[in-house]
Amino acid sequence: MTTATARRGPDWRRHASENGALVALIALVVVLAVLRPTFLTTQNLLNVGVQAAVVAVLAFGSTFVIVSSGIDLSVGSVAALSAMVGAWSSAEAGLPGPVALLLGLATGVVAGLVNGVLVAHGKLPAFIATLAMLSVARGLTLVVSQGSPVATPDAITFLGSNLTPHLPLPLIVMLVVFGLTALILNRTYAGRSMYVIGGNEEAARLSGINVKNQKLVVYALSGLFAAVAGMMLAGRLGSAGPQAAVGYELDAIAAVVIGGASLSGGVGRAFGTLVGALILAVLRNGLNQLQVNPFWQQVVIGVVIALAVLVDTLRRRSSR
Amino acid sequence: MSEPILELRGINKSFGPVHVLHDVDFAVHPGEVTALVGDNGAGKSTLVKSIAGIHPIDSGQVLFNGEEVHIHGPREAADLGIEVVYQDLALCDNLDIVQNMFLGRERGKLGLLDEADMEQAARKTLASLSVRTVKSVRTQVSSLSGGQRQTVAIAKSVLWDSKVVLLDEPTAALGVAQTRQVLDLVRRLAEQGLGVVLISHNMNDVFEVSDRIACLYLGRMAAELPTKDVTHGQVVELITAGRSGDLGIARPENATV
Repeated sequence: MTTATARRGPDWRRHASENGALVALIALVVVLAVLRPTFLTTQNLLNVGVQAAVVAVLAFGSTFVIVSSGIDLSVGSVAALSAMVGAWSSAEAGLPGPVALLLGLATGVVAGLVNGVLVAHGKLPAFIATLAMLSVARGLTLVVSQGSPVATPDAITFLGSNLTPHLPLPLIVMLVVFGLTALILNRTYAGRSMYVIGGNEEAARLSGINVKNQKLVVYALSGLFAAVAGMMLAGRLGSAGPQAAVGYELDAIAAVVIGGASLSGGVGRAFGTLVGALILAVLRNGLNQLQVNPFWQQVVIGVVIALAVLVDTLRRRSSR
Repeated sequence: MSEPILELRGINKSFGPVHVLHDVDFAVHPGEVTALVGDNGAGKSTLVKSIAGIHPIDSGQVLFNGEEVHIHGPREAADLGIEVVYQDLALCDNLDIVQNMFLGRERGKLGLLDEADMEQAARKTLASLSVRTVKSVRTQVSSLSGGQRQTVAIAKSVLWDSKVVLLDEPTAALGVAQTRQVLDLVRRLAEQGLGVVLISHNMNDVFEVSDRIACLYLGRMAAELPTKDVTHGQVVELITAGRSGDLGIARPENATV
């Protein structure tokens, strides 16, 4: 078919723009491997993967939101609330573990839907609506937990466990969610609508796309993914903490942006986000291995985020 | 003369206290280009958006193929076979030509998109309109010229086996050669049997491609005439004064907005 040949052009360019982040990731790994031979041990790489998993799953949800030209600041709080609801309904309310897990997931979806209703129907700027949810969800987490950690049921702890010593479940969850995100963005009507809304919302409306419903779907997905990430995090620790995942929304946004998405919407891919989350995790792990002062680590990470976006912007401009 | 494919009778439309369309009658015939002219604020775009279902009408009848229809949204207009090419084109710069042509109406099964099928249909449509100016249908719209973008927007409107295409100022921002291409394309749509409505401020374009001219003046239909029966000067008078000799509104000075 001529289809394949005709598609090669744009595909090649798309890969090149994604490879920017990928090249940076590979370079980072090589440098760390040279400086610290312990970096490349299986155990450490698995650690990096597990550390990346929580942020990556949050970031996949944020990718939907950012592609459709929104922003979700609430994912860290929603992750904590979902995990807390899951843990509480088993430990305090005595529900069976799997039910508690489903309740946790439902909590994420409901929080996302509230965000979506405020943005799509209430016409609130996404920044404000999700900022409010950031506060509300964190507050509710504290209310439910009375301020102290709650032990997670087996069903949730399982999410953070190792299947075999070399097969941590969070890694698998991350890859499954990655595949799901790529499928939704590339192959489904909902995913295409996200790119249309992010590219030109007026065109989306004029072409008959139900923009309001699509936005509900976007924020609900973000909430659902946040719940998965939150329970993965709680599962690893064996308890849901009231202060879990504070500030993770910023890591998620950073991962999406490092992965090549544009905050003005319409651009972004699942693979880019995965690479972005891995870069953040590798960087944190590497700086620890190099025994860099934790105070300075934050500075370095900030500089890397700025550099990544700067380089990306410059490259895009020169390719036009 | 053929039966109109689309006919409006006594359309009224207000936005709050502003009465934009007064008892407007308007007919679109298959195989013909009808130019819709009028000064800024005469109600051209409102009329088009009313037909497209974006601004629901307050009163009046819309007949499609002789039967009364009620259009409540862009999707319903599209289902009847009425397509609109908007002034700002309503394209997505971040997507390619195929993706733009299927905007909001992607093909596929079980919620999964069928890109190959869409690409083939897009290519076929462009070929049927003798469009040769675009190299690949997978080119991003952001890298196209103004004329090419207009071409994509028009091709998008005929992809759907449409019966009526409304074009809002398709040549407004184009150079001479590109205007030529777009006007040829407009003519070709009519030759394929579609009813074409062309909104334009450019008298040369109007006289070159249209079969009929409909002139709005302050929200009223001042005249609807075959192009060959009027002169340039008469149309300009109708646009600016609502009246020219025996043509137009009887007492335009009494017309109020």
